[in-house]
This record gives sequence, structure tokens and C-alpha cells, in this order.
Amino acid sequence: MTEEEVQKITDVVCPFCGCLCDDVEIDVANNKVVTTYNACTIGTTKFFSVNETEHRFTKPMLRKNGKFVPISWDEAIERAAKILLNAERPLLYGFSSTSNEAIGEGFKLAEEVGGVLDQTASVCHGPSVLAIQDVGRSAATLGEIRSRANVIVYWGSNPSAAHPRHMSRYSMFVRGFFREKGAKERTLIVVDPRNTDAAKLADIHIKVEQGKDYELVSAMRAALRGIEIPEMVAGIPKKDILEVLEIMKKAYFGVVFFGMGLTQTFGRHRNIDNAINLIRELNSYTKWIISPMRGHYNVTGAGTVWTWQTGYPMSIDFARGYPRYNPGEYCANDILVNGEADAALIIASDPGAHFPAKSIRHLAKIPVIAIEPHITPTTELAELILPPAIVGVETEGTAYRMDHVPIRLRKVVDAPDECLPDEVILERLTQKVRELKK
Amino acid sequence: MSSSIQVNLITGRTVQQGRALEGSKHSDEYTRAAGIIELDPEDMRKLKIYTGTVVKVTTAHGSVNVRAILSPNAPHPGLAFIPMGPWGNAVINTDIYSVGMPSFKGVEATVEPIPEGKVLSALELMHELQK
Repeated sequence: MTEEEVQKITDVVCPFCGCLCDDVEIDVANNKVVTTYNACTIGTTKFFSVNETEHRFTKPMLRKNGKFVPISWDEAIERAAKILLNAERPLLYGFSSTSNEAIGEGFKLAEEVGGVLDQTASVCHGPSVLAIQDVGRSAATLGEIRSRANVIVYWGSNPSAAHPRHMSRYSMFVRGFFREKGAKERTLIVVDPRNTDAAKLADIHIKVEQGKDYELVSAMRAALRGIEIPEMVAGIPKKDILEVLEIMKKAYFGVVFFGMGLTQTFGRHRNIDNAINLIRELNSYTKWIISPMRGHYNVTGAGTVWTWQTGYPMSIDFARGYPRYNPGEYCANDILVNGEADAALIIASDPGAHFPAKSIRHLAKIPVIAIEPHITPTTELAELILPPAIVGVETEGTAYRMDHVPIRLRKVVDAPDECLPDEVILERLTQKVRELKK
Repeated sequence: MSSSIQVNLITGRTVQQGRALEGSKHSDEYTRAAGIIELDPEDMRKLKIYTGTVVKVTTAHGSVNVRAILSPNAPHPGLAFIPMGPWGNAVINTDIYSVGMPSFKGVEATVEPIPEGKVLSALELMHELQK
């Protein structure tokens, strides 16, 4: 391969996690990704995953006698539209790894078929969304955090596994406008029951007993008000709790990044509610903000776009023709565990891998349409595959970073064969549904 | 080898699991990344097993075979970790406590060695659930 054949594409945005790193560079030759620069190990794998393999769907597929056979787009769209129209309670789920444009189209389709619309936040930061709706949140962009923060807390979140570049781009190991000495001027506190890689890097590791975060936050709030606390709370000695509180009170600018350690354990949104109130109370001493570590690169976008369109960020039911919102009743897992859904359209997500077995048992019984580029546990359950072009690699689109900053994703290579952008697939589906309803 | 232990089970992300998400869910790489349970050295000693031994994890919600590995995030005696994926999800608590979120973390589980056991792939686990 000669030098001329390799084309370097700069300012590429990585479509993996909520960090949306926008400094990635990619070498492309013969429409294939050959090298990535700056991306983390997971981002790099995502860019390479677009290179066509036998495990990539490049044509619409229909399951016949247990095997997938290719069909035309026209037939696939018509079949999918009929499945959704014939269902009493179709579920449209996923959306957090696609563009805002596609997310917007998803709403139109859900409204047209009277379905339940949900996104991956319902098994991720859904409880955070509920807590923020209840008590609000003090927020800042990642840029501001990088420029100013000198006390950084990761609570129930392991950025070294889920957001590999978060610490080095936005929080701890990076120089900022007011933090010219970088990490030397910052203090890293990690609250985690395990000695994770992030905890190993921390100045202070608070090894909280698993599932006892609520008690720890409550004790910190009490101590902040001068109330005597027990000698030991959630496995942490009183002296350590008071010491951390002193550091937090004396911060110039502090930030708490929190993750699934709070949202997926007992208490759920109440854990977040409590943590936000701790931050609110710390603001009577100094500047503190609190920020969820959003997982999928555009899960923030799914919530934001649907909030413009319907007033609600997730778990939206259109059965009555207008949007109704009730997490606990209309979340994907609710309607699967309760056996309500009688058809499902899954896009840009993999409930087969990430939902509990009980939900999947129901998913296996109903017709599933998957808009998914690769073989996944979900496609094993699907009867129809609509192959998409991968947003941010094979097609452009806009996404929201975890701090609600919108970023335009770039196209790096052409999509293989018959793959279409998610947005186009959903638009065609909606058109077909409207046509069939006449 | 018939000893078993009680643990508090959590699931979550790892870098290897994250890498395997992208276009490799059909592969052994995914099974190696997420079809495992990270145990504290003390718990491994109680079970009298080495890294790589197949164990059966059982909860009130199901059971699944995974490979035991020595936790890189120890010490955390009594706490066990399965990376997020179909293996962990076969045994987590499905109660959604009126907010739509299953209990992916904090489930009581029994771990027992079954050295002759087989760890199913992600796709095979789906076929099991289809039955």
C-alpha cells in the first residue's frame, strides 16, 4: 500500500461513550479503517468494527426456518410496518447509540403506531433522570470542570472501565485554564466497594459497603450540619468521613461524577436525590456540581430530543394517541416482564445482552425487528434485520455529550452494500405505516 | 470440591467487556470477557479453586455457568463481580421497584465449583431463553 492511498481524517468524534472525544484521527485506505489515533481501546474497536466481516449485516434479512435470508428493502420495510401496525402494544426501544435526527424520527414512528417508546437510560441513568426531575441539579460543562475543578469525586462509577479517557481529558489528569499544574493541583476521591483501577489512582478511596451509599450520603449531610454521626457508617470510620467532608468544604470548585453504583442498587433514584441534596448543601460553602456519567454516546440526546418533542425523556406510552410518562409502568423492562409487549423494534442497543433473563424470555416470544449492524444476542431473537450505517463512522449525525454539549459526528468511510442511516430507515418505516393506515 | 460459598453479586463494566461489545458479541472474545466471575482471593481459597475453573452461580432468579477468575480489584471478600452481559443478567434480580430498573447490583448468590461444567456463549444463552 502506498502513502497516497492512505487518507488521514482529522477531528473525528468517537461514537462510543458519553465523552464524545473529538480529537480522534483515523487513517483510511480503500474505504477501510486501518489506524486510529488518540481513541481509547474501546473507541478503536468500534472504529474497526465497521470493516465488513461475515458478522456484519449488509442487506435486510428475514428469518425463514431459523436461517436469515436476504430480502429487498421494500419488502423489509413493508413487513416491519405491518408487524408494528398489527401489534396491540409495540415496544420501540434503544436509540442511545444513534443520532438526534434518528431519535426524532423514532418518536414519529412510535406516535404513528401507538407504541411504547423507551431508551437505554431506563436500565442506566433512568433513576438519575427521575431524581433530577424531583430536585434539580447543579451542573457545568466538562470544559468548565477541566478549567476549574480541584476536587474530583467519582461515586459508584469506574471511568477506567466505562469512560477510559474521561479522567485524562476532562477531570483529573489534564491541565486546565485555572489548573495549570494539572493533577498536582487536584484531589481525586473515589467511592467504590472494589479497588478498581480508578480507585487505585485516587488520593482517597472510600471503600463503601456495597449498596450502602444512601447511608453514607445521609451521614455526610448530617455531619455537614454539625450533627453527631455514628463511629462507623457503611463500613467507613467517622474520622474518614469528616476528613473527606473537610476537603470537600475547602474545595475551590468540586465535582461529583456518579454512575451505576448509585442507580442500579437498592434505593435507585433516592440515592441520587440524596447525593444531589448533599451537593446543594455543599454549595453553601463553595462551588460544587454533580454530573451523571452517561454511558452510550448519545443517551443524553435521546432524553433531550424526546423532551422537546413530547415533554418526556423516556418511558413514553402513545397507546392513547398522546404521550404519557410513567417509569415503572412504561419502561421497556416493565412491559416485557409484565408480558404486555406483543412486538418490538430494537434500534442501536442490545437488550438481548443487557436485559434480565425474564425480560428476554418474553422478547423471545414476540416478533422482533432489529436495526442492528452486527450479530448480537438481540439479533438471535429477531425475525427481521434492517441493516444500518453506523452513525459517526459511516454517516454523519448530531449527538449530545454527557454534559449536554451537542457535537456533530463525522463520516469516515462509506457504509457497505445496502446499509442505510437509522434516520432514513425510521423515516421510511413511518411513511409506510401512514400509507398502510389509509 | 463440593464446597460452595454465599456472595453478594454485582455486575458492571470492564474494558474487555466494552471492547467485545463492538462487533464481537458472537465470538469467544465476548465469552472470555463477560462469561466470568471476579472473586476475592479469600473466596477462591474457600472454594479451593484456581483461575479458570468453571463455577455455577445460582440466585433466586436463575443460574448460570461462568469461569472464576482472581479479581484484579481485590480485596473485596464476600463480594463477587460479573461483567455486564447475558451471563450476569441470567441471575440478577428482575424486581424493578416501580422505576423500571432491575437490580443489576446487590443480589445474593451461591457460587459452587463444577470443574466439568461448560460456559455457554452469549448466543447459546439466548437459545436457552427461547426454549
